[in-house]
Amino acid sequence: MSFGVENLTVRFGRVTALDAVSVVVRRGEVTALVGGDGAGKTTLLRTLAGLVEPTSGTVRRPGVGRLGYLPAGAGSWKNLTVAENVSFIGGAYGLSGADLADRADPILERAGLADARDRLAGQLSGGMKTKLGFSLAMLHSPDLLVLDEPTTGVDPVSRIELWRMISEAVADGAAVVMATTYMDEAERAAFVVLLGDGRVLLSGEPDELIGSMPGTIVETDAPVDSSLAWRVGPVFHEWFPWTVPDGLTWLRPDLEDVCIAAELRDRLIPVGDTQ
Amino acid sequence: MTAPALEARSLTRRFRDNVAVDDVTFQVDFGEVVGLLGANGAGKTTTIRILAGLLPPTSGQAFLLGSPPSRASRRRLGYVPQGLGLYGDLTVRENLAFAASAFGVEPATLIDPLAGASDRIVSNLPLGLQRQLSFVTALQHDPEVLILDEPTSGVGALAAARLWDRIRDESDRGVGVLVSTHSMQEARQCDRLLLMFDGRIVGRGTESDIVAGMTTVEVAADSCSWSDAFSVLANDGLLVTLNGTKARVIDLAPADVEAKLREHGIEADVQVVPSTIDERMASLSIRAPAWKEDGSLSRVFPTPAS
Repeated sequence: MSFGVENLTVRFGRVTALDAVSVVVRRGEVTALVGGDGAGKTTLLRTLAGLVEPTSGTVRRPGVGRLGYLPAGAGSWKNLTVAENVSFIGGAYGLSGADLADRADPILERAGLADARDRLAGQLSGGMKTKLGFSLAMLHSPDLLVLDEPTTGVDPVSRIELWRMISEAVADGAAVVMATTYMDEAERAAFVVLLGDGRVLLSGEPDELIGSMPGTIVETDAPVDSSLAWRVGPVFHEWFPWTVPDGLTWLRPDLEDVCIAAELRDRLIPVGDTQ
Repeated sequence: MTAPALEARSLTRRFRDNVAVDDVTFQVDFGEVVGLLGANGAGKTTTIRILAGLLPPTSGQAFLLGSPPSRASRRRLGYVPQGLGLYGDLTVRENLAFAASAFGVEPATLIDPLAGASDRIVSNLPLGLQRQLSFVTALQHDPEVLILDEPTSGVGALAAARLWDRIRDESDRGVGVLVSTHSMQEARQCDRLLLMFDGRIVGRGTESDIVAGMTTVEVAADSCSWSDAFSVLANDGLLVTLNGTKARVIDLAPADVEAKLREHGIEADVQVVPSTIDERMASLSIRAPAWKEDGSLSRVFPTPAS
């Protein structure tokens, strides 16, 4: 069973935020959305969460009661305590009393928030706030979890804890779609979608994307075309779209290299011109 | 021999009873890019503030360009804070002129795409352009030392690569660069890394030097039982994360992982894999029971028996 969007276009006035985007989000998997600011990640997630009406195309999502959404940088009420946030959100999903406690207690325990029940959400550290937001989004055991950059600005230790919580939701059968700016995180997702200017530039399993990248990336000290090269530590990586000059060493790219090459290709080849 | 660009000698800073920076010693030479890693509260920001002369140390010494930080040496420092340090309600051109006059230099000449946006209000620009402007602003007085806080966070892969091209160009011309970061992509751009934990430096060198001595195993169960394998390990109080459909477990020998799975009748392929720096940080905080504010890991996971 899966969720997702097909041929989705979203326009805000004259601005096309998403242009014929298709993404499948499977249960028991993490689908990672990557791309820079303005790529369309948030619009896609908000459409999946039912907060944005598609201009055209179809959206497949569960009913509101089976969907959890964590917006960027938020997800809780800062003037309420952790416990009040839990009962407020729980109430919205018809959970209260012992039923709510049965569900919420282990989640708060695992989030490391059990001792923070009486603290105001606004006074929690960034990492704890994000874990609270995630706990609230999954309080009602949703089938689809939509997470907008849950790990941005969160320190590495909280990030790994959050990734564990996400992993547990996936192991329990949820479909998770999350935007991330961290490539190492995307590399651990089952499926990765790279967005650029509202279009899908790449999508697939991380290994498949790395294995099937068009062209070749080499490591070099002296790039042939600096517009197709970028620095990685003291050396350069350079992307050759068609053929590689003799004598250069082929490099097994990582996901970041592949995304850079995909963005370069997008600029090199006009839209609609298929090679 | 010339003095290094930045140097911390037994740097210590206390805030009341809390030791934020504890006997920290390192240097950044001219022409190298050094990455400073650590969780929130590890002491990175306090260390940077002392080196930049914004905060005095309780003991120890900080050197910026060979002498204790002063107004004169700070003129030769470029700093890009995580908040970018721009004035959101001024235009691109006004931001540049303001910073240039503070340093007594001519404003830098803008190139596209910033040149085309020179009369736009900064808060209306996309983050990628704001980051570029923050760089140009910090570099226009030709600093000899650069301190950058997560310089490329939030921008796309190509935009981040272009910002790093810029940073490496600066180090090629001899600038010493200290980068404070949470991002493993940024860590890979550095010549050398320092890992801070609880106010101290607990790891130095390359990524593999920093993760040396810890164990991470990956568990590949067959496709129908991977979630069972994951749940068994997670319910056992281990720090388990997912890599595709493989479970990653830190700080437990492969034989012990296999034994735990077998107790539940699960056969799986268990392999030792290279650890990540994030996992190293998580491991450190699990082992330090009295860890600070966000010490939730140590409460969730008991300290492993040695």
